Amino acid sequence: MRRSLTLIAAAATLGLTLAGCGGSGQAPAESAAPASEATGEVGVFTWWADGSEKAGLDALVDVFKADYPNLTFDNLAVAGGAGSQAKSVLAAQLKAGTPPDSFQAHAGAELQDYIDADQLEDLTAFYTENKLTDQFPKDLIDRLTVDGKIYSVPSNIHRSNVVWANVEVLEKAGVDPNKPADSLEGWFADMDKIKASGKTPLAVAGTWTQTQLFENVLLSSLGVDGYNGLWDGQTDWKGAEVTKAIEAYKKTLSYTNSDRDSLSDWAPATQLVEDGAAAYNLMGDWAEAKFAQDGKKAGTDYSYFPMPGTAGVFNFLADSFTLPVGAPNPAGAKAWLSTIGSAEGQTAFNKVKGSIPANTTAKTDDFSEYQKSAIKDFSQDKIVSSLAHGAAVPVAWLNELSTAVSKFGGDGNVAALQDSAAATAEKFAK
Amino acid sequence: MLRRVKHWGPGLLLLAPTIILVGVFVYWLIIENFRVSLTNQHTARPSDKYVGFENYTNLLADPNFQHSLWNLLILTIVFLGGTLIFGFLWAWMLDKPAKGEGFFRAVYLFPMSVSFIASGVVWRWLLSSLQTDQPGGERTTGLNRLLDSVGLGFMQNDWWSNPTWGIAAIAVPAIWQLSGYVMALFLAGFRGIPEELREAARIDGCSEWKLYRHVIFPQLNPVMLSAVIIIGHMSLKLFDLIRAIVPDANTYDVQVPATMMWVKYIGSDYADAAAIGMILLVLVALVVVPYLMYTSRAEKR
Repeated sequence: MRRSLTLIAAAATLGLTLAGCGGSGQAPAESAAPASEATGEVGVFTWWADGSEKAGLDALVDVFKADYPNLTFDNLAVAGGAGSQAKSVLAAQLKAGTPPDSFQAHAGAELQDYIDADQLEDLTAFYTENKLTDQFPKDLIDRLTVDGKIYSVPSNIHRSNVVWANVEVLEKAGVDPNKPADSLEGWFADMDKIKASGKTPLAVAGTWTQTQLFENVLLSSLGVDGYNGLWDGQTDWKGAEVTKAIEAYKKTLSYTNSDRDSLSDWAPATQLVEDGAAAYNLMGDWAEAKFAQDGKKAGTDYSYFPMPGTAGVFNFLADSFTLPVGAPNPAGAKAWLSTIGSAEGQTAFNKVKGSIPANTTAKTDDFSEYQKSAIKDFSQDKIVSSLAHGAAVPVAWLNELSTAVSKFGGDGNVAALQDSAAATAEKFAK
Repeated sequence: MLRRVKHWGPGLLLLAPTIILVGVFVYWLIIENFRVSLTNQHTARPSDKYVGFENYTNLLADPNFQHSLWNLLILTIVFLGGTLIFGFLWAWMLDKPAKGEGFFRAVYLFPMSVSFIASGVVWRWLLSSLQTDQPGGERTTGLNRLLDSVGLGFMQNDWWSNPTWGIAAIAVPAIWQLSGYVMALFLAGFRGIPEELREAARIDGCSEWKLYRHVIFPQLNPVMLSAVIIIGHMSLKLFDLIRAIVPDANTYDVQVPATMMWVKYIGSDYADAAAIGMILLVLVALVVVPYLMYTSRAEKR
C-alpha cells in the first residue's frame, strides 16, 4: 500500500513538471509573406459580440472570405461592458506576449497606451502599399498619426453629439420636432415644456453615457477651441468658462430620468425614447442602428439633430484594427486589415452597423438617410475627438474623470467636479 | 538516513503538487503583486521604476479611495449586523421543538446555493431606484412598485443610487443570501448545548432571560466569532454581487476598494490596482489571522 502511494505521488509530481514545460513555443510565422499568399487562421479580437455590431462583423467576414479564400477567420470576440471586459482580456494577452492576429481599439488617444507599450507594429508602409492614405480623409489620418507613424486601420466612424427625439412626445408637449433648439438655453426651454407635459425630457443611462453627455455639454458651452483646449492644456479647467459649462451640465442632468444608474447600458435609455417615455436621448449614432432594427421610421417615429450648440461640429470616434507585435499570423492579419480598409469591406460593414465608412471611396448609395447626412457632415464639419470613447484622452485619464462625473450625479457639487477634473488634467497632461 | 526519508518522503511527495501550486499561484503572485504596487506602472507603458510606498500614501490621501473605504465600513457593519440578527432569530425559533423544522431550515438555507451573480441580476431589477411619484414613475418596477401597491409607498427609496447610504442597499441581498448560513451555524451551536445544563439552571431558579444571558450565550461565543469572521471577510472581498447589481463598474455611489481595483486595472493603472489589492489583503488578514491564531491555540489546549 505504502509503495503504491509513493508511486502515485511520484507520478503526480512528474506530470506536473512536464505540464509546466510544455505550452510555450510556436514560433511566429514568416512576416515577409505577402497578404495575398497568406494561409491558415486569422484570430481577430473585438467586442462586437451581439446586436448590430455582430451583424456588421459578420458582413465584414463575408467580404474577407471572398477576398481571401485560403484564410479562415477565427472570431475571438469578447462580450460585455462596452468593451471594458474585452480590454481586460486583451491586456492580459498582450502582457503575456500571446496577442491575437489583430484587435479592435478606438482610434486616437486610446491607442496611445498600446503604442507606448511597444505592442503595435507600424503600419505606415501598409498604408502606402495599399494606397490608403489618399482614400481616408486627411483629418482622420492626422488623428491616427503618432510621431509620423500610423498604427491602425479605421473600420468606421461614429458621431457622439447626436440627440435622438421622439416626434410624438415633442408634438404633444408643443415643441416643433422640425425646429430643434440651436443653443443650450433653447434646449432647456424645450425641456421645460416637456417636463410640464409629464414626460421625462432627457433619457440617460450609467456612468459612461453620463460622461458622453458631459463632454457634449462642455463642447456646446465652450465651443470647439475651448473643448479641444481641455485636452491639450490650452483651456484652464479652473476657469470661469468651465464653471459655467459644469453649471449647464448640472441643469441638463436635472432633466434626466432618476433611475439612470440602474439602466444596464445605452440601449435601455434609447429604448425610453422609442417607447415614448422620454423625449430626448443624447447618444452616439449607433442608436440609428437600433431604431432601424426595431422598425422605426426617421421623421415620423423619431428625429435626430446635433446636440444644441454644436451644429457644424462632428464629435468623432472611430473603431480601428491593429497589427500587434508578435502576432502569430502577420500575413493573415495584413490580409484582414486590407479587407477592412477596402471600399467593399467598409460598405458591407457600415451599412449594417449604422456608422459611416472611413474610406471615402466606399459606395454609400443605399445607406440610410441618417448615414448619408452624417457622411456629408463629416466632410464639411469641424472635427473634435470624443472623451467618453477614448479618442480625446488616454484610458486612465478618462477613468478618473468618469469617476468624478459619476460622483457629480449624486452630489451635484460643481466646485468638486471642477477641482477633481482640473487635478486629473494636471496629472496626465504632458 | 534512508529510513528517515522513507518516513517523511512519501508524505512530502504526495503533498508536493499542492505545495508547488499554492506556492506559485498564491504566494508568489502575492509577492509579484506587491512588487508591482511599488512601481510607477500607472499606464500600459512598461515602466518598472520603484517609487517605494508612494502609491499607498497617494491612495490613502485620495478622497475617492477614502470614500470607498467608508463604503466598505458601512457595508460590513450592515451586512454583519443583518446576518447575525436574522441568523440568530431563525436559529432560536427553530431550536424550539417546532413543526416543520426541516422544511424551514431548507427554506432559509436555500438562497446560499444561488451564486451572487445570478441573484445579483434579479436584485438589480428589485432594487431599481425609480419611484412612483417621480417623473416617469409609471415605469417603476421591483421593490418600489411592490411597496407602492401594498400601500407602503412612503417607504420607497432610491436604494443603491443614494450617494451616502447607497452601499447599505447592496447589503440587503447579501443578508438575504447568507442569513441562512449563519442560522445553520447558530443552530449547531444551540444543539451543542446539553439539555442538562438548561435543566440544572431552571432547577436553580433561573429566569428564562438569565438562562440565556448566563448559560446559553457564553456557550455560543465561539459560533458567533466564526460567523463574524466568515461574514466579515466575505464582506471585505465583496465584488461579484456589486458588479452584478450595478451596471457600470465606475459608479461612485457604491464604490468599494474591490470594485475600485477593477476600475483601475481596466484603466491600465496596474500599480494602483496592485496597491489596492495589497490593502485589501491586509484588511482581510487583520480579520482572519487573529482568528487562526485563536483556533490553533484552542486546539492545542
